[in-house]
Amino acid sequence: MAQITYIEFNNKAHTVDVKSGMSVMEGAVRNNIPGIDAECGGECSCGTCQVFVDETWFEKAGARNDTEASILEFTDAFRPNSRLSCQIKVTDALDGLVVRMPKRQG
Amino acid sequence: MQESKPHVVIIGAGHAGGTLAALLRQYEFTGPITLIGEEPIPPYHRPPLSKAWLKGEADAESLALKPLEFYAENNIDLWLNARVARVDPVGKKVSFLNGNILAYDILVIATGSRAIYPPIPRADSRGIMLLRTAADAEQLKATIGAGKRLVIVGGGYIGLEVAASVRGMDAEVVILEREERILKRVANPILAKFFQSYHEARGVTFELGCHVASFGSENGQVTGVWLGDGRGLPCDAVVIGAGIHPNEDIAKEAGLECDHGILVDLEARTSDPNIFAIGDVSRRPMPIYDCMFRMESVPNALEQAKQAAAAITGRQAPMGEVPWQWSDQYDLKMQIAGYPFEADSLVVRGDPQAAKFALFHLKGDQVQAVEAINSPPEFMMGRQLIGNRKAVDRIRLADPSISMKEVVAGRDA
Repeated sequence: MAQITYIEFNNKAHTVDVKSGMSVMEGAVRNNIPGIDAECGGECSCGTCQVFVDETWFEKAGARNDTEASILEFTDAFRPNSRLSCQIKVTDALDGLVVRMPKRQG
Repeated sequence: MQESKPHVVIIGAGHAGGTLAALLRQYEFTGPITLIGEEPIPPYHRPPLSKAWLKGEADAESLALKPLEFYAENNIDLWLNARVARVDPVGKKVSFLNGNILAYDILVIATGSRAIYPPIPRADSRGIMLLRTAADAEQLKATIGAGKRLVIVGGGYIGLEVAASVRGMDAEVVILEREERILKRVANPILAKFFQSYHEARGVTFELGCHVASFGSENGQVTGVWLGDGRGLPCDAVVIGAGIHPNEDIAKEAGLECDHGILVDLEARTSDPNIFAIGDVSRRPMPIYDCMFRMESVPNALEQAKQAAAAITGRQAPMGEVPWQWSDQYDLKMQIAGYPFEADSLVVRGDPQAAKFALFHLKGDQVQAVEAINSPPEFMMGRQLIGNRKAVDRIRLADPSISMKEVVAGRDA
């Protein structure tokens, strides 16, 4: 279990508990948090679950995989701390994670 | 609109209907929402049914769009196992087969589509299945396993996905296709040939240009398939993937304009201003191609759910999307963007032999569609090009040694 804070583009923050083993994307979708579309449902196919991982957490969240990286770099919102949230697995070590959502996904 | 708190009734608890209910709450709609589904379970993801779910790699929790408690917590009245008989657009009422009547202020028809059962003798035998619902997938999963033989009627994406999943369980698979090649309706010959070879190399057998005359059965259980040329193929189970049909009957009976799909505008509104239609069941404008489309995809269901949610809550409409879809088979990731509408040429980028390539369909020097196999950059950039209508240099596009970013940036990059 990890407590994760999702911050919308308008700075509205949502803090929820997410079970270990789920993805950061699933944590947002299951709690109906706006700002993550996740069109493909977690297949690493669409690039619509992008989040910016707060600096202090970026390394702990793990490295991008090749497919994820090649999708992310073609999104409008791409930044050095971008991740596809469907590719971040929640573990106890991510308790306290803070991610921010772009203005628009895709 | 929110002061008067209209009652939104959504017929159809699939991906479109379930997403719309959730989006209305995200958009701070506070009126009552009733979500009506025929199936016994709350809205779930259908795409994994032929993939991860079939292979046993997904559980019920991950299949669900939202956790069960979500609906009560968000004051969404979920009616399951409920079948709508008709809609009365004048009295603004929905009546159910069991005699119940429900009044609405705003109605959303999200009834999706049904798999087509071809009129083949003994198609009602046990072991002959469609793959549309979680219940269908459960039945298939229980029937098929190592050493069993599955015949798939229809060489479309759903048939190919099932074949790939079932080969992973060491079952035998034969795909029957009535056209002279697979994917005839949805993909070009290069892609069709690629998929066929890839499946054949993994043990799938194809029978093309073949007519299914009848099914053989014993005590009501399917035992084989008889082909038009007289041959018989013994099997333990059959999956029919022969296309889908929009569930538009209640809309037609209510007098809504339909044309193989309920006609809607860019707000997902039908010819009745109080009724919307979203997802597979609707036929909608697609501005980038300047025509009407009926699409059978999750991204389309989500886009139209956004359109309807925005219209109902008085928000700004979504920006307009490039349609896309995906398919996973074995280790292949296929992503398709756009439709090859009025395309007049094809550019192949990459090597089909290496299972890493993309097909760009061009109209003049603009990209209309891209089909990408294990090529996310081509898909992502192709999707942007379809949206922004930027001209591309086809010589450079065909050269995989030039990165997609450089192709798009032009010669000076």
